[in-house]
Amino acid sequence: MEENNPIIESGDEGRRNFLKKLGIFAGVGVAAAAGAVYVASDYEEKKNPEGKKVRVLTADGQLVEVPESELQKIEQEELDIEDELQRRGREGIAGKSWVMVIDLAKCRNARMCIAACQAAHQLRPEQYHINTLVMKDSEHSAPYYMPKPCYHCDNPPCVKVCPVNATFKRQDGIVLIDNLRCIGCRFCVAACPYSARIFNWFEPRDSEKYKDQPYDVELNVPQKKGTISKCLFSADRLRKGELPYCVSSCPNGVYWFGDMNEDVVVNGTTKEAARFSQLIKDNGGYTYLEELGTKPRVYYLPPKNRIFPAPGEEQVSSHS
Amino acid sequence: MDNHLSLEESRQKLTQIENDLIRPLKSHNGFEMWVLFLLLLLILGFYAYYLQLRDGLGVTALRDYVQWGMYISNFVFFVATSLIGMLITSVLGLLRIPWITPLTRIAETIALAFAMFAGIVIIIDMGRPDRFPYLFLHGRLQSPILWDVTVVTTYVIISMLLLLIPMIPDAAILRRRMTDAPKWQQAIYKFLSANWIAVPEQYALIKKSIRVLAILIIPTALAIHTVTSWLFASTLRVGWDSTIFGPYFVSGAFVSGVAVVIIAMYFFRNNYKLHNYITDAHFNRMGQLLVLMCFIYLYFNLNEYFVPAYKMRKAEGHHLEALFTGNWAGIFWATQLGGLLIPMLLLIFKPFRKPLPAFIISVFVLVGAWFKRLLIVVPTQQHPYLPIQNVPENFITYKPTGVEIMLTILPMVGVLIVITIIAKLFPIVPIWETAHEQGVDESVIK
Ligand code: SF4
Ligand code: SF4
Repeated sequence: MEENNPIIESGDEGRRNFLKKLGIFAGVGVAAAAGAVYVASDYEEKKNPEGKKVRVLTADGQLVEVPESELQKIEQEELDIEDELQRRGREGIAGKSWVMVIDLAKCRNARMCIAACQAAHQLRPEQYHINTLVMKDSEHSAPYYMPKPCYHCDNPPCVKVCPVNATFKRQDGIVLIDNLRCIGCRFCVAACPYSARIFNWFEPRDSEKYKDQPYDVELNVPQKKGTISKCLFSADRLRKGELPYCVSSCPNGVYWFGDMNEDVVVNGTTKEAARFSQLIKDNGGYTYLEELGTKPRVYYLPPKNRIFPAPGEEQVSSHS
Repeated sequence: MDNHLSLEESRQKLTQIENDLIRPLKSHNGFEMWVLFLLLLLILGFYAYYLQLRDGLGVTALRDYVQWGMYISNFVFFVATSLIGMLITSVLGLLRIPWITPLTRIAETIALAFAMFAGIVIIIDMGRPDRFPYLFLHGRLQSPILWDVTVVTTYVIISMLLLLIPMIPDAAILRRRMTDAPKWQQAIYKFLSANWIAVPEQYALIKKSIRVLAILIIPTALAIHTVTSWLFASTLRVGWDSTIFGPYFVSGAFVSGVAVVIIAMYFFRNNYKLHNYITDAHFNRMGQLLVLMCFIYLYFNLNEYFVPAYKMRKAEGHHLEALFTGNWAGIFWATQLGGLLIPMLLLIFKPFRKPLPAFIISVFVLVGAWFKRLLIVVPTQQHPYLPIQNVPENFITYKPTGVEIMLTILPMVGVLIVITIIAKLFPIVPIWETAHEQGVDESVIK
């Protein structure tokens, strides 16, 4: 085998299906939104060619057209919008079971995923939701690059210990943080065995600039001083039917992302689709430190037949 | 009691005891300087906290890896030290060990002060102290933090009762004696004396209440420190993921608690001239108690470090190497030897259980106990399962900042202030229990 093999699902159809479904669910999510006129016009605004009428989703899920001149943003309290973002953010997207597959054979430490992620989540350069590590498992084994997001564990130690329900697991498998709730005790950081969590030790980057932006729990911005942040599987993008920031910005085809219920994952670079189970089966996919019982949702394909040179020995710093 | 005195003798004896024990409340020798010193530290501490509130927890050396540091070590230390109230008043009290009488109030005062400020330490560590009420509004029962909040609060309440209820007869005495004290102070005595007239029914009630509280506080005290240990043991981290953390912490708690009481005994005996009440024999006994506690703690240390070191599992190996021979070796061996093993060996010999040597040894034990908490909290976080990479150097090393040190000292200052206030308002050695023990007739103690 030349490289870890994706199993392309019957041509282009699988992919279109998957993306279409993503789109439908994003629509449903928005439709459910109370106060949706604002939310919808803000997120899903669709102008018609003449610019006279716009389509918006009403609170009960109807798609209606209104003259643009009559459209005005409801001057609701920012809190109402936050409440709504909060409600749907905590609920998750019904019927989905998100999963990520990271092909270690393809990673050459381009760090584009990290850049895209840090830009989207208003992070400082030393704050990582995803961090690519140089790994070397034992003395004589070969080093390799390993991108490490949050694993969105199905038995998440971080969620268990949170005293105020500020970090929680949604029905679609994503573990999120509510930084309006977080008291900054950092017990979750202590509990996460994968060092996936970070803390806003200072005023976050650009906090002044974004301070009026309503808080979106699915994007965890604006970041807040004294609270936790971590990888969110780009829950905001998933809601819009798009792939996560890191996944779509990788130039090397490292990431696959999709829905375990449908058993489909899509490669962020090539956009080809594959059966998740087949991909894992054919390539010996595994989860990291699964003996801890955390049940990660991020799978790795082993770094065999690497297509890029291994990281230099001198860069390797093991545990110490 | 066989040395029962007649009513007249009783009155004389009581007056003498009262004179001895109340005198320190009236003399202000060096008191102002001491208070000034505490206030100065307090102001510095508040300024440090202001800086931390303004700029964020980043003013400390804490970062994403070592994210629990001196504050949390301090918290563990505070909870640990507060356990001494339970050991002296309850365990020894219920066993009817006679020599503890003059030490109970010291122990309870220390217990209450440390337990109260343990909560403050946690607030200092919080990223969003303004959201502290969320613990009650949105608390989730499956989080050990909630358990900790619950049991520490319970412990504070029971400790307070265990301090105040035995205070009732003394408050009555003070009300009679301290007629020249300011109005508010007399009001406190009046309130706390709860209409004490020294009738047998009242004695029965007070003894019964103390007994019930003494029993209640045992599980509560065990719970506060066991739950505190679970903040660590309930994680999957190397160095914390241990099944013996509960008893390990509890046994360590008694070590620092006994040491604190010996230090306080020495201080009160000399400054308050209480040589007739806190005697060499008390130091001797407490010294023996400390030997026992050190021995038990040493046993748990052996289990906690030697057994994993025998196996040297990969991740654990890095952790233990850092402790035994790496960057933590200095502190590790200093606390294990200088703060535990050597004090224990010395205290086995009687001359070292005299007041001064026992006091000095206790200071070593106490300082060792504080650093031991740091050794439990910090090094583990420097050895996560996944390597620490692509972060600035200061994310890996942990060098506490000035603000952080000030804010570690601040709650200690708080403890000293509480102890100072209590020892200024009330006799630090209980009058009525001492009188009772010396055969004074119960009916005159009012
Ligand atoms: S990787 Fe860490 S932060 Fe993410 S879900 Fe698992 S335990 Fe929680
Ligand atoms: S730091 Fe925030 S998210 Fe983490 S356990 Fe504490 S309250 Fe929960």
